[in-house]
Amino acid sequence: MLRDEDRIFTNLYGWESPFLEAARTRGDWDGTKDLIALGRDAIITMVKDSGLRGRGGAGFATGLKWSFMPKERPPGRPAYLVVNADEGEPGTCKDRDIMRHDPHKLVEGCVIAGFAMNVTAVYIYIRGEFYHEASNVQRAIDEAYDAGLVGKNACGSGFDIDIYLHRGAGAYICGEETALIESLEGKKGQPRNKPPFPAQAGLYSCPTTVNNVETIAVVPTILRRGASWFAGLGRPKNSGTKVFCISGHVNNPCNVEEEMGIPLKEIIEKHAGGVRGGWDNLLAVIPGGSSTPMLPRGICDTVLMDFDSLREVRSGLGTAAIIVMDKSTDLVKAIARLARFYAHESCGQCTPCREGTGWMMRMMDRMARGDARVEEIDMLLDVSKEIEGHTICAHGDAAAWPIQGLFRHFRPEVEKRLIGYRTQKLAAE
Amino acid sequence: MPKLTIDGLEIEVAPGTSVLQACEQLGIEVPRFCYHERLSVPANCRMCLVEMEKAPKPIASCAMPAGDGMVIRTNTETVHKARRGVMEFLLINHPLDCPICDQGGECDLQDQAMAYGFDRGRYTEAKRAVKDKNMGPLIKTIMTRCIHCTRCIRFMDEIAGVPELGAVGRGEHMEITNFIEKGIASELSGNLADVCPVGALTHKPYAFTARPWELRKTESIDVLDAVGSNIRIDSRGAEVLRIEPRLNEDVNEEWLADKSRYAYDGLKRQRLDRPYVRIDGTLRAVTWAEAFNAIRARLEGVAGTKVAAIAGDLVDVEATLALKDLMGALGSANLDCRQDGARFDVSAPAGWRFNTGIAGIEKADVILLVGTHPRWEAPLVNARIRKRYLLGALKVGVIGEARDHTYPATHLGTDPATLAALAEGSHPFAEVLRGAKTPMLILGTGAVARPDGLAVHGLARRVAEAFAMVREDWNGFNLLHTAAGRVGALEVGFLPGPGGRDVHGILDGCASGDVEVVYLLGADEIPAETLGKAFVIYQGHHGDRGAHRADVILPGAAYTEKNATYVNTEGRAQHARMAAFPVGEAREDWKIVRALSEVLGVRLPYDTLQQLRRRLAEASPVFRAVDRLSPAEWVPFGGDGAVDAAPFASPVANYYMTDPISRASVTMARCTDELLAGKRPVGMAAE
Repeated sequence: MLRDEDRIFTNLYGWESPFLEAARTRGDWDGTKDLIALGRDAIITMVKDSGLRGRGGAGFATGLKWSFMPKERPPGRPAYLVVNADEGEPGTCKDRDIMRHDPHKLVEGCVIAGFAMNVTAVYIYIRGEFYHEASNVQRAIDEAYDAGLVGKNACGSGFDIDIYLHRGAGAYICGEETALIESLEGKKGQPRNKPPFPAQAGLYSCPTTVNNVETIAVVPTILRRGASWFAGLGRPKNSGTKVFCISGHVNNPCNVEEEMGIPLKEIIEKHAGGVRGGWDNLLAVIPGGSSTPMLPRGICDTVLMDFDSLREVRSGLGTAAIIVMDKSTDLVKAIARLARFYAHESCGQCTPCREGTGWMMRMMDRMARGDARVEEIDMLLDVSKEIEGHTICAHGDAAAWPIQGLFRHFRPEVEKRLIGYRTQKLAAE
Repeated sequence: MPKLTIDGLEIEVAPGTSVLQACEQLGIEVPRFCYHERLSVPANCRMCLVEMEKAPKPIASCAMPAGDGMVIRTNTETVHKARRGVMEFLLINHPLDCPICDQGGECDLQDQAMAYGFDRGRYTEAKRAVKDKNMGPLIKTIMTRCIHCTRCIRFMDEIAGVPELGAVGRGEHMEITNFIEKGIASELSGNLADVCPVGALTHKPYAFTARPWELRKTESIDVLDAVGSNIRIDSRGAEVLRIEPRLNEDVNEEWLADKSRYAYDGLKRQRLDRPYVRIDGTLRAVTWAEAFNAIRARLEGVAGTKVAAIAGDLVDVEATLALKDLMGALGSANLDCRQDGARFDVSAPAGWRFNTGIAGIEKADVILLVGTHPRWEAPLVNARIRKRYLLGALKVGVIGEARDHTYPATHLGTDPATLAALAEGSHPFAEVLRGAKTPMLILGTGAVARPDGLAVHGLARRVAEAFAMVREDWNGFNLLHTAAGRVGALEVGFLPGPGGRDVHGILDGCASGDVEVVYLLGADEIPAETLGKAFVIYQGHHGDRGAHRADVILPGAAYTEKNATYVNTEGRAQHARMAAFPVGEAREDWKIVRALSEVLGVRLPYDTLQQLRRRLAEASPVFRAVDRLSPAEWVPFGGDGAVDAAPFASPVANYYMTDPISRASVTMARCTDELLAGKRPVGMAAE
């Protein structure tokens, strides 16, 4: 369990003021100039050494990603850092609390990360529904400008950087990094093909890095406390702390910062007050936000909450949004609801996702009622495989995985329902 | 040069080549819907997925640049499964109404479903239905058939430069729309139906008329503007049912302008199908012999100098040459092919050709448009300029009307004074021209069809020379014609001979009585009242302005009904081919002139098309190099007199109606009403 002194987000619950004065007492903006003075290469090396992996879901090594940005920037060719604050994954609410209660961590992270990648401007693309959060982040940016921490000669370091906040308009797909860039450019939020990757041609065709809010917000603390401190937490390649969002059938749903690799059972029992009706009442857990395949209780007993151990059980850490479902849950209905969500949020650009998510949604709706033949389960899985890996972005995969997870672990239950429905119908006739 | 392996075959390709293009170079077929080689690559249909070694997922071959050492497989179980999957997804919400679809038989979806799809459907849910959109009188929409490849959106954005199409909605609810449901205001909109891989966008005038396998396809040349677009005439029996573009990279690429594509219904209306002679003030149907005899009777005793001939805009070279020879035999030097009264210098071919060539536009870096609105005068020339603009770093200056060209242009002025200022170098744009490496000037016929035309022509030459537009390797001086017959007539010298009258002289002669007989070869733009009391022989295919005033009508063949040669504005001779026989008693035009010559006792020395074409080849080298361009020698031309202050105006007042064929076309009338006059479409309220 994470010791209090190792906590990065010390105001996650908003017990103190989120703004500059209070943030300074929590250690933000302390010696930022000296951190910048370390130099670009040193900062990127430290981030690499810390083992920080992107907190937005994919878990790509942050330091490595930063190193893809061009070292030299010809005059007239800007580079950008874009912060993905379009937190929309069902079950996930970590960035929201960071921005609401600790925005200066993010703003300071923008300055340091922006310096490390030698960018001209930082855009924070915030989900449109986050009105209160956007207000707080904007106020934090304004305070930082007024205090000389951002803007020309930021923190007295001689480095110029601007930070802009941009509010989205409510599309889940705009959380996909290239769709976010399109949206930021004023276009319809549709993912781009890769290559070229954003580091080569991103926002306005200039080198761009897109990072999650949490990824950027932890960077100043990593630099202050050292890469080895961060790397020492958790397991190798899965190091550091992470904000987990625990929701669903627990006694005390919450956001909590914990060490990576904490057992799932421990985090639920210690921080969320346990499963409603006790651990034995647990049916399944979606461990990393709605797109990750669910885990049955048997796996939940022992699994550790980090990237690699969840991958071993064919799920993923995703955004670390733990959705707990007890035995009162209709799993088929729950996944049908998620299928509806993914069909609704498909951008419609590429064929498998546009047509396939709607098809899966309709089949899941019928299965939730029981109105389907048992053979259709195989067909549904086949359709999900036809979507998975064939789309421009990961939305297709995200739509396919929850369904695959359901049938991987609970197929007999679904079959029972389908047969029951049919028997009942025949009896009625 | 990246070297990659595809299905075990090694290939070296140019940098920037996509995997799909590399596959094509090897002759490996990769199915696709959204990819179109002239449009940007969205990679959204996912049909072209192939396997790449070391990639965890199949890749979209159209969007993946070929890299050194790549190992690609296009024939594996994964690839087949991916294609089947995409095909199935495309079909689940497709209505499968092929039996009543106009695209049936030439549909990419149909073909590829046969080759790569399942043999049955597994989709049992309700299908999506999408409301049709009104896209005007040319494009019919059945949006339920749409597979969202976005080719139409990209065509409008990129090629046409009229961004009127877009997609609204997300996921399954995404719809292609023109947002406010008004007709598409582009002269290239017909190409939308060509780029659409399914039957969502089809040709409205062609709806439910034929199946592709019933059509006889004749490769020919378009004459409704001076571009000389290569076309394919699809006909059934004697009826032309549609006109499609044919690939010619040097001329029209694979596009076709709307007038050229859709005016064909004008070929069925107002046709002259038998000879007429005016008797007691009324035109009466007669036999060929009676018509010829009427002409012979009138010409008897009339001196050659009192006879004149004017060639029109749609005439072919063979007929023009035959008439020139006939007039020569009658002793007349009163010939002109410039029925618009243009006064440019005809002494040097370089002065009246589009010397740069249409494809040459792509090499220009500064373009000066003088008194021309190419978007209406030659939409495909305009599309080339836009294509050049999209390549970047193009500057366009305009002297003349300030119109939307579909690319940014600096408006320099409206009258010849601006051109004069440029020639002197005192205009700010002169700096831009001076810095250009390959500048070009496009002079419109509107700029020379005015009293000071000769001076404007000379002024334009001086501008071209002042800014080094004409060099050993580059000729940037261009006259953009609007009439398909004009350059051909100039090449055969259908021009006033020594002491002969030009158009103005002929009309003055008609008024004064010095010209007694006028032979109008398809000349329909001559105001009837200017012909005075002259005896008018009209030879042509439509009962248009010329025929109304005629004393004798000789029914000729339209461009789809004869084997004929046309020379486009570049000076490129091309052969049009007969797709249907002339209507009724109408005949091919050169044959009419040849037959008349016999009646008049001045028999022309050719009996076959081959003999006539041999004579053509003697007349100008252009006809010895069919389909090719022969550069013209640069010699001084044009006058140096004073220019007027009157602003330049384009000769095209209504793009959709410029000649007898398009004036007779109902489709073009609809376009005029709905797209230009903004009237509500007929029957729209009832729908």
